[in-house]
Amino acid sequence: MKLSVDRIRHVALLARLALTPEEERELAATLDQILAHMDTLSRLDTTDVEPTAHVAAVETPWRDDVVTNAPDTAALLANAPARDDDLFLVPKIID
Amino acid sequence: MLNDLTIATAAKRLRRGELSAVDLTRAALDRIAATDLALNAFLTVTADAALAAAAAADAALKRGVGVGPLTGIPIAIKDVIATKGVRTTAASKILDGFVPSYDATVTSRLKDAGAVIVGKVNCDEFAMGSSNENSAYGVTRNPWDLARVPGGSSGGSAASVAAGQALAALGTDTGGSIRLPAAYTGIVGLKPTYGRVSRFGVIAYASSLDQVGPLARDVTDAALLLGVLAGHDPRDSTSVDRPVPDYAAAIAGGVAGAHSLRVALPREYFGAGLQPEVERAVRAAADVLRDAGAVLHEASLPHTEYGVACYYVLAPAEASSNLARYDGIRYGLRAPSAASLLDLYRDTREAGFGREVKRRIMLGTYVLSSGYYDAYYLKAQKVRTLIRRDFERVFADADVIVTPVAPTTAFRIGEKATDPLAMYLSDVLTIGVNLAGLPAIVAPCGRDASGLPIGLQIVGPPFGEEIVLRAARAFEAATDWHALRPPDVAGREAPP
Amino acid sequence: MSLRLGAYESVIGLEVHAELLTASKIFCGCSAAFGAPPNQHTCSVCLGMPGMLPVLNRRVVEFAVRAGLATHCRIAPVSRWARKNYFYPDLCKGYQISQYELPICEAGWIDVPLEGGAKRVRLTRIHMEEDTGKNIHDAHGGGSLVDFNRSGVPLLEIVSEPDLTWPAEAGAYLRTLRSILQYLQICDGNMEEGSFRCDANCSVRPRGATALGTKVEIKNMNSFRAVERAIAYELERQVRVLEEGGTLVQETRLWDPDREETRPMRSKESAHDYRYFPDPDLPPLALPASFVEDVRRTLPELPDARRARFVSALGLPDYDAEVLTARRDLADYFEAVVAAHPNAKAASNWVMGDILRLVREQRLDDAPTITRWPVTAAHLGALIALIDGGTISGKIAKTVFEDMLGSGDAPAEIVERRGLVQVSDEGPIVAAIDRVLAANATKVEEYRGGKDKLFGFFVGQVMKATGGKANPGLVNDLLKRKLAG
Ligand SMILES: [Mg+2]
Ligand SMILES: [Zn+2]
Repeated sequence: MKLSVDRIRHVALLARLALTPEEERELAATLDQILAHMDTLSRLDTTDVEPTAHVAAVETPWRDDVVTNAPDTAALLANAPARDDDLFLVPKIID
Repeated sequence: MLNDLTIATAAKRLRRGELSAVDLTRAALDRIAATDLALNAFLTVTADAALAAAAAADAALKRGVGVGPLTGIPIAIKDVIATKGVRTTAASKILDGFVPSYDATVTSRLKDAGAVIVGKVNCDEFAMGSSNENSAYGVTRNPWDLARVPGGSSGGSAASVAAGQALAALGTDTGGSIRLPAAYTGIVGLKPTYGRVSRFGVIAYASSLDQVGPLARDVTDAALLLGVLAGHDPRDSTSVDRPVPDYAAAIAGGVAGAHSLRVALPREYFGAGLQPEVERAVRAAADVLRDAGAVLHEASLPHTEYGVACYYVLAPAEASSNLARYDGIRYGLRAPSAASLLDLYRDTREAGFGREVKRRIMLGTYVLSSGYYDAYYLKAQKVRTLIRRDFERVFADADVIVTPVAPTTAFRIGEKATDPLAMYLSDVLTIGVNLAGLPAIVAPCGRDASGLPIGLQIVGPPFGEEIVLRAARAFEAATDWHALRPPDVAGREAPP
Repeated sequence: MSLRLGAYESVIGLEVHAELLTASKIFCGCSAAFGAPPNQHTCSVCLGMPGMLPVLNRRVVEFAVRAGLATHCRIAPVSRWARKNYFYPDLCKGYQISQYELPICEAGWIDVPLEGGAKRVRLTRIHMEEDTGKNIHDAHGGGSLVDFNRSGVPLLEIVSEPDLTWPAEAGAYLRTLRSILQYLQICDGNMEEGSFRCDANCSVRPRGATALGTKVEIKNMNSFRAVERAIAYELERQVRVLEEGGTLVQETRLWDPDREETRPMRSKESAHDYRYFPDPDLPPLALPASFVEDVRRTLPELPDARRARFVSALGLPDYDAEVLTARRDLADYFEAVVAAHPNAKAASNWVMGDILRLVREQRLDDAPTITRWPVTAAHLGALIALIDGGTISGKIAKTVFEDMLGSGDAPAEIVERRGLVQVSDEGPIVAAIDRVLAANATKVEEYRGGKDKLFGFFVGQVMKATGGKANPGLVNDLLKRKLAG
């Protein structure tokens, strides 16, 4: 077992998932199995091999610094689950 | 039957006035109504908008102005692709009721070409899956056998085309999600070169791998659709600025297209675990090409066995980040109970995501987390380079690579649901193409003993869409597998 | 500010986030202007809607290269975009597009003027990233509100090496850096509005130790003064903890300007693990050498060079040169005055005296660039020319200046209109002297008896008798002669 339930819980917190105890057990088991398969990658010698992050485009294209968007606040906020006028509403943020 | 027409035929008849777009659209909508209880391919049917678009298409056809290549053609769109004013859920509860205020570039390209959008089709949640069993809205069923999966993740797209609910559909392919369902349902599916088709407005699963492509009844239709979809989009920075060839011209030669085509058969793709009927059908298909003038040779893609491990590090890593935006703040589901900010995030995401999506978010978060990045993520990126190089080496002496699409034909619903690793491993024959960013087409090439379709995969070099279409068309012209249709499921209900 | 660190010494590194003065945001076509109504400057891209993709604003790259060149950085021919993953309501995608492994600028430095001479502070890196939205905490009873107008506004993150040791040094570093960005016209440097923000990393260690102590990050300082006070508070706190035998934890603390103290942030419940990885939506940024050269050609003269030139070419004292070059607009104004009349020291005295006093009183320097000056540079030059040409005295010049402020008229016009031309004819002055001496015969005797101090009295009386217009030099000469009698 590579993955302890503690580690699962830590990763779940990073990912903001409130897993049930059943899910924690199931994920610990399946992720363990999957990661064991991933470990086959370590068999390959990748010294001096460049990583591939992008396959097609070679460089960032850019656009001119021009304002092209007109305000469309009503349409953009139409899907908001909670709002106060033109602002998104969330539970109190404590910093 | 109107529902069995190809786009090419329907378009010809529409233009000649032998057929109206409204009748064709009605036929599609009737077909959806009659069969979708059994198939569950559609998440949203846009009947009114479709009929209005069809009426407009008829008017344009009558005037003879504003007629595009898809004018009046009913088409379905996978629900990970944004459609302005039409619910777009990615088959996830977390986007239940989400209505985008924008069209994806591919959606507007379809509309601009005159297509009639009949609705949004089912898929695995956020396109994560190989069977369509991961939809929050229930599995889509394979029209060839309702007890079997249609393949995933674009299962609804494939089933709708195979069952005559639409003449064609858009799918997305991150690790085989167009090609696998095309193979399982006996239709043609094309995954373009990464960067050939815009991803703007396509809900991201794994951004460095995702690509939109057509699912259609034959190679000609796939070529026609690719011509509409392909092209540079300034709103997608990974879209490549490169002219779009005339794909129809590329396939015009028919069988002759195979002449002196150099075809490589990679030995690693014909290994153990392949259903014997699949291997036989694919080898027979290669022989058809050879008989038509192609030159076959065996080749090697030595890192094939690492593809699944490489993919299931990189794709979940990207996914864990891409899906962070579903937090219940700006759109989509919000857990009602959430009293604190942390609860808002955790409860919303726990309630909104399905099991497989959570698994991949966990996996991706893990491989990116501090202390594990080098061993998993960076290592997988390097292996990705090795896999790309494998393909480059083979394409030095080959025009196309021919392989099976999946080790088996469509499997039974539930058969692999409890073993995610087994499910992942069944992607081994499609994943390499995505990791290398290559174009690949799938066409039907046989049936197994149970009568289930078998697919043939033809892979090309970067931006080699013309050559894979040419090869696939040559094969299709020499055979008639593409003419087979599944049994009629009208009036049937899904088996328990 | 006195700081009691006892047996400890302090190490300070600063991270500055500077909002760039572009028209549009970094990855979408929304306006980057400050102060719009809530969520007006947003679109589906900067709200992180499903399927939306970033497209880079060219000007952001230009500005980053400007900043890099001005601070002696190496400009990377290829830099990379990365995602910084964390959850916060103002962060719409759950990640910030930033740069990590390969930033656009690396390994630079700036010279910071301090009392004992300039100190060279090294810059680790400058990178481009997007700003977040804004959480509003107190407007809604039960919850907080989020406004995404700032989401996607371009930022430069400028990271210094831990080369600073003292709060005042940190302040001087920030002022110098801000002045450079303002000279480059890429950032307005407004700390109150948040367009120039600073986080400080502070640690202490026993004097002479080489290993760094536990690092504490301080946030939420929105003035130079706050930065200096927060660092001072924090360093003393750290020393106190260590002296009392406690241990420090690596943490982020917030400066509370009302209580004048730092306190730990409460909301960061999980350890930071940003899971940086290359952004798959943005290929690497390749900069051809020609691009960098084009930007280099457009660089303005920077504060350092300008300060040196003011001393060497215009003959100003170091102090004057430093004050005048602290702001590009101020230095430009000063140079325009000198262009109108070439007396740099006189121009400097006027600009550093009356002009700056009025600028501050009228809050003209609240704007990113001062566009309205109390008097135009041409008028101020003309006024100095009138003094130098002997048309008016320095004293009358003050009267003319007051009039210029109210009327906006040219100084020559005012002198004409009010009849303020200096009297340099001997006749009327001699007549006035005679009158004054006749009326003060006793004082004349005393003066001649050795009471030299009375000379000033006679000068004052003569100036009064001539309505202040007599040429003071001439008055002096003639009086001396008469009194010598
Ligand atoms: Mg930053
Ligand atoms: Zn925007």
